[in-house]
Formats: sequence, C-alpha cells, structure tokens
Amino acid sequence: MNFDFTEEQTMIKDSVSRFVRDEYDFDTRTKIVASEEGISREFWSMFAELGWLSVPFAEEYGGFGGSVEDIAAVMEELGKGIVVEPYASTVVVFGGLMAASDNESLKTAIIPSIIDGSCMGSFASTEAQSRYEMSDVATTATACDGGYKISGEKTVVANGGTANKLIVTARTSGDQYDRAGVSLFLVDAEASGVEVKSYKMMDGQSAATVTLKDVVVAESQLLNAAGEGMDLIDQVMPQILMGLSAEALGIMATLNTTTVEYTKVRQQFDTPISSFQVLQHRMVDTFMACEQTKSMLYRGLCQAGEDDRHALLKTVHALKATVARYGRLVGEEAIQIHGGIGMTDELNIGHYVKRLMMINVTFGDGDFHQKKFNQLAYSA
Amino acid sequence: MDINFSSEDLAFRDEVRDFFDREYDSSTADQLNGAQGGDYKGAIVAWQKKLHAKGWIAPGWPAEYGGTDWTATQKFIYETERGLAGIPDVVPFGLKMVAPVIYTFGNEEQKAKFLPRILDSEDWWCQGYSEPGAGSDLAALNTTADYAGDNYIVNGRKIWTTFAQYADWIFCLVRTSKGMRKQQGISFLLIDMKTPGITVKPIVTIDGKHSLNEVLFEDCVVPAENLIGEQDKGWTYAKALLAHERTGMAEVADSTRMLEALKQRASVEVNGGKAMIEDPIFQMRLSDIEMELMALEYTELRVFASMAAGGMPGSESSLLKIKGTEISQAIHELQLQLASYYGGALPDDLNAEQLRHDFAFEARGKYMYGRAATIYGGSNEVQRNVIAKAVLGL
Repeated sequence: MNFDFTEEQTMIKDSVSRFVRDEYDFDTRTKIVASEEGISREFWSMFAELGWLSVPFAEEYGGFGGSVEDIAAVMEELGKGIVVEPYASTVVVFGGLMAASDNESLKTAIIPSIIDGSCMGSFASTEAQSRYEMSDVATTATACDGGYKISGEKTVVANGGTANKLIVTARTSGDQYDRAGVSLFLVDAEASGVEVKSYKMMDGQSAATVTLKDVVVAESQLLNAAGEGMDLIDQVMPQILMGLSAEALGIMATLNTTTVEYTKVRQQFDTPISSFQVLQHRMVDTFMACEQTKSMLYRGLCQAGEDDRHALLKTVHALKATVARYGRLVGEEAIQIHGGIGMTDELNIGHYVKRLMMINVTFGDGDFHQKKFNQLAYSA
Repeated sequence: MDINFSSEDLAFRDEVRDFFDREYDSSTADQLNGAQGGDYKGAIVAWQKKLHAKGWIAPGWPAEYGGTDWTATQKFIYETERGLAGIPDVVPFGLKMVAPVIYTFGNEEQKAKFLPRILDSEDWWCQGYSEPGAGSDLAALNTTADYAGDNYIVNGRKIWTTFAQYADWIFCLVRTSKGMRKQQGISFLLIDMKTPGITVKPIVTIDGKHSLNEVLFEDCVVPAENLIGEQDKGWTYAKALLAHERTGMAEVADSTRMLEALKQRASVEVNGGKAMIEDPIFQMRLSDIEMELMALEYTELRVFASMAAGGMPGSESSLLKIKGTEISQAIHELQLQLASYYGGALPDDLNAEQLRHDFAFEARGKYMYGRAATIYGGSNEVQRNVIAKAVLGL
C-alpha cells in the first residue's frame, strides 16, 4: 500500500509548484487574463520546455509516458495558481483523446506538435441542446468523396479561440440521441467552413462557439472507427475527470489555507476572528471536505491501475459529485469568512471560486454524476 | 499509488476470515448484536475467551504483556475483517482503555495483578470519568479521593458509566489536590466495585435499554496501592489514553456492512409496488452516504499508511471520529426511514415479525442509541476544537 507520488512525479509536481509560486502570482495572472488573447504564449513555450506538455504521451511520440497520476500531480499544482493557459483542454482532454486514438498516422503527426507547444487543441462536443449528454449530437458528418462533410454548431468549446486543432463530435449515423453513430474528427481551426467566435468566461478562460458549414475532412482525420467515437470518449473520460478534480483539489486547498491565514490577522471585537469557535468549526468542516475530496481522488488513482472498470467508474462519478458538493462548500465558506473583502473582484478568492464553478459544470455537474453513480450502484 | 497488500498480508487476511467464519456462529452473533433476551455479558465473555485462546484478544498490546506482535498492516486487516464480518469490537474498557495505562504507567505488581485477568476476560472493567458537572470539560471533575494512611477515601458521583452493572473494577479520575490548575491534582485510581459505599444506579437510555449507569461513592476506602503512577499526575495518563480511544473510530468496515444490509433491505421494502431502492430520491440519499463512505475508506487507508510508515496517530484520529460517526448516524437515519411506521413499534407490545418488518426494532434501537456516537469519546464538537488547534493552528 502506498499513497506517495513517485520521485519522478514529485519532481514534476515541484516544478509546477515553483512556477506558480515564483512566476504566476495573482497580478501576473490578472494581466494575462486582461490581455487580448487571454493567455501567455511565452509561458506556454516554457511549459513545453519544462516537459509538462509531454506528460500523458507515450515515449514513442516523444512523450513522458506518464499516467493519470502524473496528470493529477500537474493539475493540482496548476489549480493552486488558477493558471489560465489551456493545459486541461490541450493536454488532458484533446491530448488524452489523441493518445487513446488508434489512428497511428494522425498521432504521429499531432502528438509531437502538442509536446513542442506549437499545437493547442480543443474538444468541440457541446451543442446548444445537449447539456451534459455527450451522445446528444445533432452535428452531422455526411460521407462524400474520400471523406466527410461536417455541418453543425458547437457551443462553449473550452479554449476554442486559442486552439489551432479541434476534435469535433459529429454524427455519421443514427438519431440525435444514439450512442452509436457519433464519430470523432480532427478538424483544423483554419479549415474552410469553420467559424470560431471566442468569448471570455467567468473563470478568466475563454470559450468559443464553433460553426461548421460543409467542412470537408478526409477519412484519415477520424480518431477511431466511424460511429464508435463514444467508446473512445468513455475510455478517456475517467482520466479527464480525475485531472479536473485534481485541479479543483488544488483550488480548494488554496482557498482553505488563504481563509485560515486571513482569520489569524483579521481583528474584530479586539481579537483575531480565528479565536471564534463558530468560525473554527466551519474551517474544520472545509478542511475535512478537502481531505475527503483528496481521498476520493486517490481512490480513483489507485483504481485506475486495476482491472475493475465498474469500480473505477463508480469512483469517478462519485469524485466529480464530491468535487461539486465540497467545492461549493469550500468556495462559499471562503467568501463568507473573508466577509466584505471576500466580495471584491480585487481579491483572489472570488477568482478561485469562479474556476471551481466552471470545473463543476465541465463534463457534467454534481447531480449528473451522482445520477450516473446511482445507475451503476443501485439499478439491477 | 496502490492499495495492494503483500502476499503474507493476504495470507494473514485469509487466516482471519477463516477463523471468524468457523468460530463466530449465529447464536453468538444474535446475542452479541443485542437480540432480545439471552445472557449478554455471558455471550461477550465467551466470545472474548475464544479470541484469547486464539491469542488475538489484544492486538494493540505489546507482545511482552500478551499482545499479538502484529504489524500495523495486520492490525488494520484484522479490524477490517472484524467489521466486515459484523462482529462487535471487544468491550474496550479493560482491553483498550485501562490496560494501556496499566502497562505504560503502572508498577510491576499492578501489571501482574490486573493484566492477565483483563486478557482472559475474568475481570470486567468500566470507566469512571464523566460526572454530572464534568462532561466535555472533563478536568472539572469533583469526585474526591482523600489520602488517609494507606488508603484513599473516595466520595462523589460518576455518570454515563457503560456496563457498570457488570463490572468488577472501575478506573477513575479523582481529585486528590485542590487549589491549582484544574488539570493538576487529578489522580488515576483503580477501584474494586465490591468496595462498600459504591452504589450503581441504572440509567435507561432513549433506545429503551440499560447500558448506562450512575456510580455513587460514599466514603469508599480504596487501598493506596491502587493508585496508578504518581498522585496528582492522572490527567497526563488519561490524555495518553484518550488518543488511544479515538484511534479506530472511523469504523469503515462496520459502516460498509450496515450500508450493504440497508441496500438489501431497500430492495425488499416497497412503496406503490416499487422497491425503495429504485426510488430516485431514496437513491440520492443512499449515494450521499455511500460516496462519503467511499472517501472515508481512503482517508482511513491514508492515515493507516502513514502509521505503518512509522507516523503517530495524531489529530487525524479526530477527523476519522467525526466523519465515521456522522456516516454511521446517517445510515441509522436512512434505516429508520425505511422502517417507516414499524420503527415506532415497541417489542413488548407488538410482534414485529408478524408485521413482516422485523428489522424495524433494531433500526430504531440503532438510531436512538447511535445518537451517542457523536457525544462519547470526546464529542464531535470537541474533536473539531482539536483539529482547529492542532491542524489549522487556530
């Protein structure tokens, strides 16, 4: 039994941690968010040089050959700095899908460009009506000479504006809600017929509405067999959800520490407010919430290395539901205990909370995942 | 990260499972789990003697006094298997509470006199800590022990004394000196329950049962040789014991077993012709608990792993106690909700089996008595104080 990160994992974790501490203070982040593109390309190149962009990829593509544990280690530290550069969408989501693809020529072409920082990627799955059901796909891909023509609209595509490559879900067969018939295509953001409208989200990251009008893609751009895209998504989703949850854990831990420290210096009634038992107990509750979230993440990381898929899925749904519940508790308590200052845009607290809120709705909120958990656990 | 056990540990687990399978028969189970009637004390003593014969009665003790010499991992496996098998823990007052104080702070005569009789369950112990005026603020205790010649004369009242009606001995915190900080001047005294001047008054609890008592001391003459360690230093000894008491309060395996039973029951109980476990709202209540328990299982494993690596159980045990008791109470609540009307039926007046809801008595009993879990062993509010101070530095 062992709950420690390996030496290699600890090194990369420390490297991200040092970056956040030394180079990504809240002022720096605020300036990046206010800039035109909303991210720092300079930092992105640095991430590439430090090898962070290579973490989940196999060594044969020039990757680090890491596991979901390595991803979690990086994401937790990025969370502590609410880093806005699109690590999750490019490396964890887009990269995760690419790594799981069985299209070798596509992988050979794309993965090295993720690793060297030249390719930013994004996963375009959500549609106006689809909410969290990934298989609700109205976008169509109709077979044509040597490939497909894709038409449809994708909404709130995370970092769609900065990505030069998109993985798009489009229906090659079946009805709108069918699992079968959803296909995954790699689409160039510059391709003819692709229109990207980017906008800022409350967490400082950007999203885009991507309109596809008769976009022609070759058959070689399919990530796996036509119509079987959901299988690939399902395969990668636990890793994605654990990565996002690790980011949330980093945010929750930071909110808790910041709040505890604040109560020690804030004086009211001639005494630090940390001396009030009612506040102490609330901070103990948020501390325990964070520990429980960490335990659930570690449960997932342990089970990711085992064969019991059913057990892993249960844990991952429970994890995302726990992040939703305890993330909200931690965020709301941080604001409450800070008092008036916690309401200000100038303080970092609210920005950490807003990223937690966005993680909550990314790939299914707490209720969505708890319902999935219930189906797995209680339905005959 | 992994939670794999070594092949030696897995072999040990099989041995424990096998022993429990063989020795823990259904009549023992019924009596220990509080089935109506029967000789409760006799059943417990008989079961504990079986464990003693096997050499497994005191895993926590050092081997030289009769402990098992198990590794931390083996102790953890043993506790987990016990919980999963639905076997109640040993009665803690002798084996887990006073014995560590005796073998840590007692003299050779005391060790020789008391430890063997605790090991073979010949002596039944109870704990004389709380008083009407000293609950969470234990150091406010007021029972006095005045030194007179070779004896102490004890006067006062102890309360919430579990199983005092069965006890041969009581270990007490008593005030031997006044006029200093209230934690000073407290001594740790062992008292024979047959001592003239002791009266045990039953307290019936809200589950309708009698496990708690008030113990009154009127001019009880206690030999000074029954004092543990030095006079006025009892608080130090008791504090060491409290850390012991809190470890292993998460009871994850016990809760896991209860939750499985609850799910089974929910697939039988119906409303409008549909099993309760298929009800979406009931499912949400169930998974609220199950998810929390899944996380706690790993919190416990994390604490255990750090202990196995040589760490000491510190304030983590407070976290385990808070979460563990909150979860077991949540299970009790849902069990009673499932019992609906039948949870209200009283065994003396109504035969629940005839109502085909025979789990309902137990559901109410567990719910009612289970309220105590967040009060005893240092209330959950006190545990939060501990974490606030020790972990958060508040």
